[in-house]
Amino acid sequence: MQPFQYIRPASLAEMVMAEREARSRDAAARTAYIAGGTTLVDLMKLNVEQPDRVVDLNAIAPAFSAITLDGSTLRLGAFAKMAAVADHPAVIGGFPVIAESLSLAASAQLRNMASLGGNVLQRTRCAYYGDPAWTACNKRAPGSGCAARDGVNRQHAVLGVSDHCIASYPGDFAQALMALDATVILVGAEGTRSVPFASLHREPGDTPDAETTLRPGEVITEFVVDGGPWARRSRYLKIRDRQSYEFAVASVAVALDLVGDTVRDVRIALGGVATVPWRAYDAETMLRGRSLDEAAAADAAELAFASAVSHTHNAFKIPLGRSAIVRALLETAAMEVRRD
Amino acid sequence: MTEPLFPQPTGTMGRPYRRYEAHEKVNGTATYASDVRLAGTAHAYLLASKIGRGRIEAFDLTAALAVPGVVDILTHETVGGQIRQTPSLYTGGYAADSVRPLGSADVAYWGQPVALVVADSYEAAREAAQKIDVAYAVAEAASSFDSGGAEHSELEQHALRVGDFDGAFAAAPFKIDAHYSTPVQHHNAMELFATQCVWDGDRLTVYEPGQYLNNIKYGLAEQLGIDPERIRVVNAYVGGAFGAKGFLTQRTALVALAARRVGRPVKLVATREQGFFLSAYRAETRHHVQLAADQEGRLLAHRHEGWELTSRADLLAFGGNGMTVRLYACPNIESRVNVARVDRSTPGFMRGPAEVPYAFALETALDELAYAAGLDPVELRRINDTDVEPVGGLPYTSRSLMQCFDAAGAAFGWPDRTAEPGSMRDGDWRVGWGCAAAFYPAYAASSSARVRLHADGRVHVASGGHELGQGMYTMMAQVAAERLGVPMDRVSVSLGDTDLPPAIVAGGSSSTTSVAPAIMAACDAIRRRLGLDEGSQGDVVAAMVASGTGMVEEYAETRAHGEAPDTMRRLHRGQAAPSGGIHLEDRVQFALGAQFVEVRIHARTREIRVPRAVGAFAAGRIINPRTAHGQLVGGMIWGISSALMEHTDIDPRNAGYINANLADYLLPVNADIGTVQAIMVPEVDDLVSPAGVKGVGEIGTVGTAAAISNAVHHAIGKRLRDLPLRIEHILEDI
Ligand SMILES: Cc1cc2nc3c(=O)[nH]c(=O)nc-3n(C[C@H](O)[C@H](O)[C@H](O)COP(=O)(O)OP(=O)(O)OC[C@H]3O[C@@H](n4cnc5c(N)ncnc54)[C@H](O)[C@@H]3O)c2cc1C
Ligand code: SF4
Repeated sequence: MQPFQYIRPASLAEMVMAEREARSRDAAARTAYIAGGTTLVDLMKLNVEQPDRVVDLNAIAPAFSAITLDGSTLRLGAFAKMAAVADHPAVIGGFPVIAESLSLAASAQLRNMASLGGNVLQRTRCAYYGDPAWTACNKRAPGSGCAARDGVNRQHAVLGVSDHCIASYPGDFAQALMALDATVILVGAEGTRSVPFASLHREPGDTPDAETTLRPGEVITEFVVDGGPWARRSRYLKIRDRQSYEFAVASVAVALDLVGDTVRDVRIALGGVATVPWRAYDAETMLRGRSLDEAAAADAAELAFASAVSHTHNAFKIPLGRSAIVRALLETAAMEVRRD
Repeated sequence: MTEPLFPQPTGTMGRPYRRYEAHEKVNGTATYASDVRLAGTAHAYLLASKIGRGRIEAFDLTAALAVPGVVDILTHETVGGQIRQTPSLYTGGYAADSVRPLGSADVAYWGQPVALVVADSYEAAREAAQKIDVAYAVAEAASSFDSGGAEHSELEQHALRVGDFDGAFAAAPFKIDAHYSTPVQHHNAMELFATQCVWDGDRLTVYEPGQYLNNIKYGLAEQLGIDPERIRVVNAYVGGAFGAKGFLTQRTALVALAARRVGRPVKLVATREQGFFLSAYRAETRHHVQLAADQEGRLLAHRHEGWELTSRADLLAFGGNGMTVRLYACPNIESRVNVARVDRSTPGFMRGPAEVPYAFALETALDELAYAAGLDPVELRRINDTDVEPVGGLPYTSRSLMQCFDAAGAAFGWPDRTAEPGSMRDGDWRVGWGCAAAFYPAYAASSSARVRLHADGRVHVASGGHELGQGMYTMMAQVAAERLGVPMDRVSVSLGDTDLPPAIVAGGSSSTTSVAPAIMAACDAIRRRLGLDEGSQGDVVAAMVASGTGMVEEYAETRAHGEAPDTMRRLHRGQAAPSGGIHLEDRVQFALGAQFVEVRIHARTREIRVPRAVGAFAAGRIINPRTAHGQLVGGMIWGISSALMEHTDIDPRNAGYINANLADYLLPVNADIGTVQAIMVPEVDDLVSPAGVKGVGEIGTVGTAAAISNAVHHAIGKRLRDLPLRIEHILEDI
């Protein structure tokens, strides 16, 4: 860890101003926002992140920590703690996939500390990214190569990979947001905007260092999720090497609207297997209007991994991911769900 | 976790007393090595190499020295010849490896210490260490068996041959011929590798967690070229060791030297990552096992070839084959061990170092043989049970293997098992039940103790043993309380200090076996001084009062069965090594056990879970069933971890470590562990040591992995022979 300047603005307006001013003084200075710190501080200790300035958002946090149900729309403040959201009755009842994705993530200590905004922006767990001793990492040092492609890559992605980076997106909550077509509210120097959550993360392509579409200095303030039958019939299946305190080897978020056995609407998001929070759009299209049985689920699973590309140690994620989709779809269909 | 089952105690030795130091540990006042506060301490941060092999061409220390608070930077250039080359443990010395600390510009492995920064604060030392610019000339590093540069050889001393293996194997009706492997693993004890050193004139005090403080004392004296009597090593509690804190690592001399250079106490707490390179670890192994049996299941031929891995600097192998081929009756035996030397740090002891990998291979192969011969796996072991080991024809001092199988099998419900693989199911889960034998050699060594009795009935026991969490304090108090006939709460204990009478290394499950006899001998000497017969029920306190003395003190040394005459000299030089097991001329001595597990494998997504494990162990006398239970259950949990999770990833391109942290090096969490039951089977063995103890520290781990792989086979019909067992190995097989 290297020394840095620490700033704690009292309001969003103060933060935006301070940022604009800092940038005009030194355009190259690196700023990092800190919420719970459970990603950022680790990366700073590893010297992966070396910010010149750390802007602590926790004085602003109380204004954006609420969990509210506005009609059937759920609004989640970006600074709400993972634990608080996972335990909230409105979330558990109306949006089980959100509650499950959060309660199956990390550990109790981390969930008590970590914020939703920080969670969706957590970094890959690619070991080569996390240790600057490995010089080849396009994500950390653009243009330097990728140590993982021919290295130890069991945990790496099979969907959305490029020649430049195969790092998997490690989080869980983002898959729930994907499956529920959530919206994210952003505030920055140019004001407030709201964008589909699905547009927040960028596939690596040839610029794996550019992970999101956030504009410089922008903060996430809120996530907005519409309720409905698919939100109530939703779940998160997480397959991992140990039962708790572990990232997904493969995970599936499913939101399902069933009429009898027939799929009226379905959204499937995949974790642990892709470079970004991933929607299996083709599989969804294929399922709509079909009756959801083992064969239909297997067809969907097949389609979802049609474009998969594996490396030395992660080919198993393709059959595992397919099995996980089948299991998640059938278990979601079998859920006991309250009527409208 | 279920209540422990153990034999009814007859005296103080045998009762489940609560831990002597329980209160201090629970309320946080127990002082571990890094908790010791020394005035004026400077903080050290280690810089470890991040190349697999090569040479340091130059250091640029400019930026590091400019960090405010930096006091000193040790490199091979600044240290020069101040630390002497001394032999390793494996060549009659003390050091855990033969790499001289900051001894030269050569880098022999990823993680080798290349600099030590000393500063006023930990943060400054870390910042400066990260600002040191090292220019390396990088050379190709061989990482494992299949690497180009690996040097392969056979170790003749581990070769064994009895009868005619080839002939018997060729002619037998049932045979197994298979290959097995086990991965690189690291101990990852909760407590990190800490060292504090403080000089007072020419006297040095070292605070360091250790399983053998006298090893540190005498080894460090050689490295620094000073009189050992000027060094004192103190450590009252160890926060987990498991073999990693057994012997002198490179860090101790560096911290001692730094403290002398800066004229202040110096404290080093190596990072979790650095713990992966600073000390020994379990290297990967490979095995080829061939077993043959007759129509009744009697073993006719047994061949076990092992491949082990070591560093370039130190030639060593554990050769667990010497034990596995002696476990069951068999007329034709062949065995050998090969070793590959590569560019890695020197491996070493880790809970069941020889036993865990070799047992996994043999006990999985036996399960395969049981299926081939159409026998129940327990019955196969019963058919081949023996009281005499088959290599030299030596008797076991005692052997209760089948009592263990019967006790654990009954508790587990083994008779309800249907043998057909895949035949047991529960909803979406495939259920598998498997079992394996566990064994661990009964070792002992010379030790000494001093016992003091006061006229008011207070007793003090002192011996330089080590409290690793295994229950040493409590055991020592119990032995003295029983032998002198005083209540437990009158006994106080000192250990963990090189100023105390020397005791053996806390390794090889031999502490109790070795130290209890010395305490018993000192207590008996007190009784004799008071005119009481050995073993008599006479009241020592009444005798003290009658004799009018305020205090009596006796010192005793004991030598273990079969130990060489120079053993006492070695004890007093920090070199008491456990002996026993298969290394005696007249007998073999083992603790034995049987382990049963249930696994569940999801039919679709193939997660492997272990909801239930039962083990029964016969290890002679159990002095404290509570602490023994902790060791056995902990060992079994470690076995689950070792079978399903633990695996250090090493990049084959440069022998670099990939997952040297606790998020990526997986260990079980509470959710992974279901019911774990440890049964202590009564066993009396008066030969093994005067205390009748065989030791329980390691045996709990030994059979677990094979029991799990056997249960996986039972669940889904697929044999897994490579640890750890993971989802990807069984994806296509349901
Ligand atoms: C051992 C371990 C295990 C874990 N296991 C899991 C797991 O199984 N599943 C899982 O999903 N996660 C897991 N995590 C990750 C954990 O959930 C994240 O670290 C956490 O959610 C991040 O939240 P935070 O508030 O601490 O973020 P911080 O560390 O404060 O910030 C993370 C990043 O987001 C930025 N940031 C934070 N808030 C905002 C905001 N409002 N607007 C813009 N930028 C912002 C920061 O600048 C930083 O770059 C694990 C973490 C650890 C250490
Ligand atoms: S996979 Fe991506 S993050 Fe990992 S080393 Fe390659 S470029 Fe870096």
